[in-house]
Amino acid sequence: MTLCLSGGVGKGKRTGKSMIRDITIGQYYPGDSPIHRLDPRVKLFGTLIYIISLFIFKGVAAFVLAAIFLVAAIKLSGVPFFYMVKGLKAIVVLMVITGLFHLFFTQGTPLVSFGALTVTREGLKNAALMLVRLALLIIGTSLMTLTTTPNQLTDGLEKSLAPLSKIGIPVHEIAMMMSIALRFIPILIEETDKIMKAQAARGADFESGNIFRKVKAMIPLLIPLFVSAFRRANDLALAMEARCYRGGAGRTKMKPLCYRKCDYAAYAVLFLYLASMIALRFVWIRMSVFLEW
Amino acid sequence: MGIIKARKLVHEYIRRDEEGNVEAIQTALDQVDLDVEQGEFIAILGHNGSGKSTLAKHINAILELEEGSLWVDGYDVSDDTNIWNVRQSAGMVFQNPDNQIIASVVEEDVGFGPENIGVPTDEIWQRVENSLRSVGMLKYRAHSPNKLSGGQKQRVAIAGVLAMQPKCIVLDEPTAMLDPNGRKEVLKAVHELNREKGVTILLITHYMEEVTGADRVYVMDRGRVVMQGTPREVFSKVEELKKLRLDVPQITLLAHELRQEGLAIPQGVLTQEELTEAIEQICRSF
Repeated sequence: MTLCLSGGVGKGKRTGKSMIRDITIGQYYPGDSPIHRLDPRVKLFGTLIYIISLFIFKGVAAFVLAAIFLVAAIKLSGVPFFYMVKGLKAIVVLMVITGLFHLFFTQGTPLVSFGALTVTREGLKNAALMLVRLALLIIGTSLMTLTTTPNQLTDGLEKSLAPLSKIGIPVHEIAMMMSIALRFIPILIEETDKIMKAQAARGADFESGNIFRKVKAMIPLLIPLFVSAFRRANDLALAMEARCYRGGAGRTKMKPLCYRKCDYAAYAVLFLYLASMIALRFVWIRMSVFLEW
Repeated sequence: MGIIKARKLVHEYIRRDEEGNVEAIQTALDQVDLDVEQGEFIAILGHNGSGKSTLAKHINAILELEEGSLWVDGYDVSDDTNIWNVRQSAGMVFQNPDNQIIASVVEEDVGFGPENIGVPTDEIWQRVENSLRSVGMLKYRAHSPNKLSGGQKQRVAIAGVLAMQPKCIVLDEPTAMLDPNGRKEVLKAVHELNREKGVTILLITHYMEEVTGADRVYVMDRGRVVMQGTPREVFSKVEELKKLRLDVPQITLLAHELRQEGLAIPQGVLTQEELTEAIEQICRSF
């Protein structure tokens, strides 16, 4: 199963080097769920809170709560679960390495040992928690990007960061660049795929050899890609100008951001989540103190 | 005064070497005169490098006017203060559908133009809905443009221009990158806009078949307007068109060849029906 969101790239065929196509970040899953309808600022802030909560809270109970919270949000969003998990494929290597490090390099009570490497009880626990933490992190952020159009996302950022424009930071321009970059990611990926196939058809070899050979093989891929990206940028600038684009001043919004009742409710749920995480932490510390006793 | 009026328009692309000395001058437009009335459907034909795209970019004030004069909807294009009025009156659709869609959702892209010109939110929604309906893309409003076919993308681009309520739309080879079905879709949408909404259309193309439905045709070669008239008038000059390396529609060519062989077929046949009728008439007269 390959990701077909990015404009039909892959189309179910395995074409090697498919990692880049498996990243779900930046891919919108159309829908009309309560999560989709939330103000992007709520979702941005919520994701931030969620990520922070994953890193400052420890203990099984905290992760169980975090997982429950996430699963509930996913259920509410109506996005099929496998879309979320797809995002994980891209970081499998990272997860495995992190897991191994925690597994072998944590001091504590030894369980099994393979020569110089010893698996400790604490290592096992740490590795498991770290993996869960990473998985929740990626799924959590994917949920945000899957339920928010890139435009809404940049709108949310633009509005949240608007005060910064007073000190000379071009917030609107940055937001516009981000949304355009997001729009062109799938197009450029498709293009990469095309160039790769075209070169492979003429005998280019992207698969074999050591890492240096592989990097070198990428050069004839990157040059046409860059040339085409610049051409696209030029065309797009023309098209934007032709449609009267002249920066942020005097622009109205098709979808202006304003908080509604459900947004305030979502904030309330978020704070409830945060509060219960904090409460849980104290309970957990007490319990572990009690257990150690 | 018509919606577009050009007098002695000249545009030169100047290539300079590293020291800034002029290496070569290519005249893309050479003394071009153009008159378009509100509501007309104009086709501009020409080979690659004939200057037709340069002309289109001038009408949208994308290129700076150097020589000659040009008025769009009564606004003088050479006056910099008019530039946004000009762009609002004359919308432009480009060749590559991917490189002109800005947003990641169809309706947001259509709303981009109205947003830029400061249309109030409620009206943007109305305009987006109306524009998408007039190109038959309303049911795709929540889709990602990446999932659409070339013809559909180009229709979205047309809707995006339409939402700015221009009096005139310039289409610069809108079908060059499309398959035959997409080409038909786009042309149908453009003709409907012209007929039903009275939008002036300037269709720039090198496909002869697309020209037959136009009110008037301009043929360009090396920066000059070399022929103009109704499609029938232009296509009756088969030999001249051939000299300009332009093909005539196949049916016109067939009629022309038959005529050369001595059959009494009128000049400038454009459709299959016309030719069948002409041939039937000949048969009856025997």
